[in-house]
Amino acid sequence: MAEVQRRKERLDRGIKVRTESIYAISSWEEATYLLAPRLILVVGLLLAPLLIESPYWKRVVTVVCVYGLLGLSFDFLAHFVGLVSLGGALATGVGGYASALANKALGLPVFLSIPLASIAGGIVCTVLLLPCLPLRGVYFAIVTLMYPLVLSRLIEAFNILGGTDGIPGVQGFGGPWAESYIIISALLLCLFGLRRLVNEDLGLIFRGVKDNDQAVKASGISVTRYKAIAVFIASTLGCLAGAYLAHLYMWAGLSLFALDFSILPIAATVIGGGGTLIGAVVGSMILVPLSELLREFGTLRIAFYAIVLMGFIVVRSEGLMVWAQRKYHQFERWVQI
Amino acid sequence: MEILIYGIVNSVSLALMALGFTLVYGISRLPNFAHGAFYILAGYLAWVGIRSLDMGYIVSVLLTIFAVGLLGMAMYRFFLIRVRGMPISEIIASYAMGLFILEALRWKGLKGMTFTLPVIYPGTIFLFDVPLDYQRLLVVAIGAAIVAGLWLFTKFTRLGLALRGIAQDEQAAMMLGIDSDAMATVATGLGSALAAVAAIVLLPLGNIVVEAGYQVLIFAVAVCIVGGLGSWAGAVLASFIIGFAQILTVSYMQSHFQVVVALLAIILTLILKPSGLFGRQKQLEERV
Repeated sequence: MAEVQRRKERLDRGIKVRTESIYAISSWEEATYLLAPRLILVVGLLLAPLLIESPYWKRVVTVVCVYGLLGLSFDFLAHFVGLVSLGGALATGVGGYASALANKALGLPVFLSIPLASIAGGIVCTVLLLPCLPLRGVYFAIVTLMYPLVLSRLIEAFNILGGTDGIPGVQGFGGPWAESYIIISALLLCLFGLRRLVNEDLGLIFRGVKDNDQAVKASGISVTRYKAIAVFIASTLGCLAGAYLAHLYMWAGLSLFALDFSILPIAATVIGGGGTLIGAVVGSMILVPLSELLREFGTLRIAFYAIVLMGFIVVRSEGLMVWAQRKYHQFERWVQI
Repeated sequence: MEILIYGIVNSVSLALMALGFTLVYGISRLPNFAHGAFYILAGYLAWVGIRSLDMGYIVSVLLTIFAVGLLGMAMYRFFLIRVRGMPISEIIASYAMGLFILEALRWKGLKGMTFTLPVIYPGTIFLFDVPLDYQRLLVVAIGAAIVAGLWLFTKFTRLGLALRGIAQDEQAAMMLGIDSDAMATVATGLGSALAAVAAIVLLPLGNIVVEAGYQVLIFAVAVCIVGGLGSWAGAVLASFIIGFAQILTVSYMQSHFQVVVALLAIILTLILKPSGLFGRQKQLEERV
């Protein structure tokens, strides 16, 4: 008897096709289909500080957002521009120190020093990484891996910027509400802004750089220049997270260059699903509370992230959000062939 | 004179650290970010063999090299093979593997001064009035032996020739019946075993600490980039350049700057000659 072979067929849901154009607003069902996932995220994040009672878990929500920002920055660089950054800690470190300096030395208030530090830090990171941008391959990953180690070593050796003691007495936010909502709104802005950006012309060039840099070059577009722009955008996000952290802990020190800031966003992106942007945020929503629960294991947490990373890469390399989006937009059925 | 002798010793140590990495990358274009982890793991395994299991020096060293080589092969065969050809995942997967080994070892309590490997033959001699212990002499000897051995292996054995074939033109080599995946497995195993040899020779000079794992990875990568990724002659030459630069900075400035020297060497190379000293044929591929 011949073996019956089956194959899974995937088809777009009708409602998905109907919501692709302006007619999406014609009925409440279709509008809900479009808005529900977005609203769940936005409302959920905005309500989180209101619903959570304990100050400790409120703090965890802000840390989730910080790692969400870092994850966004990694996901954007890796899956839309093709540059794998193994050193997210470079951006957090530079941003944190820049913000602490702007606050302490220049006397700027929090609401000026964070944006200033993000942009200045973005420029610094871009300049630092500029030498490896004209090249393909593993150079970018290697150099980003080295910078956080080297910079913290330099600060230690020259005893500059407070040396091993760091810069204490950075101005805080003055209350849990400002603390939570600044980072939540920053995360939402960056998330939806980046989603918009990667579908603009600029995003098209970025994806061209990733998939076929020869074609980009043949179109008379400088690959290096656009890579530099992308690195600037990504490291500005990272520096924003770092600057926020410096004000949150009212202290900027060598721990801003810690390995956690490099590896957790990568793990979050891989778990959440690379190339979706939202995946990085969802991933950090899963990983950060989990690692808070595992706090007593100390540095073993990094080993734990590494295991999760390896598992996801081998078993389910698409990540959660890619899977969820597929289930949401398509239905599957078995067909005989 | 002191600078010359210690410069040579330091350069050969760098070459020992880097050869495994450049071997794997040169043959299968696979950046093995777990290299530093294998180095420290080898040191730890040898320590366990000698101190906890009392197996004697020779037995435990040989077992360690064998085990780490086997682990490298297993890592490729069961893990990295699944992400082959996807550069982003290759980097992340091997880095995750290395992180896991290093951080698990740190959790096992691998820090401080408690873990040291014994030197093979204690004592010092005076070369041109410079005190030099036998272990450092041994480093140079083994380094030279490995470079020579690798050269002979790749020129005159069937397996070595097959590895070079895959390195030069994968498609043509596959048409001649060389299995690309098998060769990559062999290469990863060899590279890991080389990391283990380097660890056993070099670690008696210091303590087995987790931070050294990251440092070894960085030095190895710096040497490979300056020499041209995948070029062995370039790697040896580059390790002499970086090795002497490091010894000079250590003797005139502080020892903190060793890593900075490595980074500066990478950046300068990327700006001036991105393909490295000996990477002529790959130049077009790597520059956009």
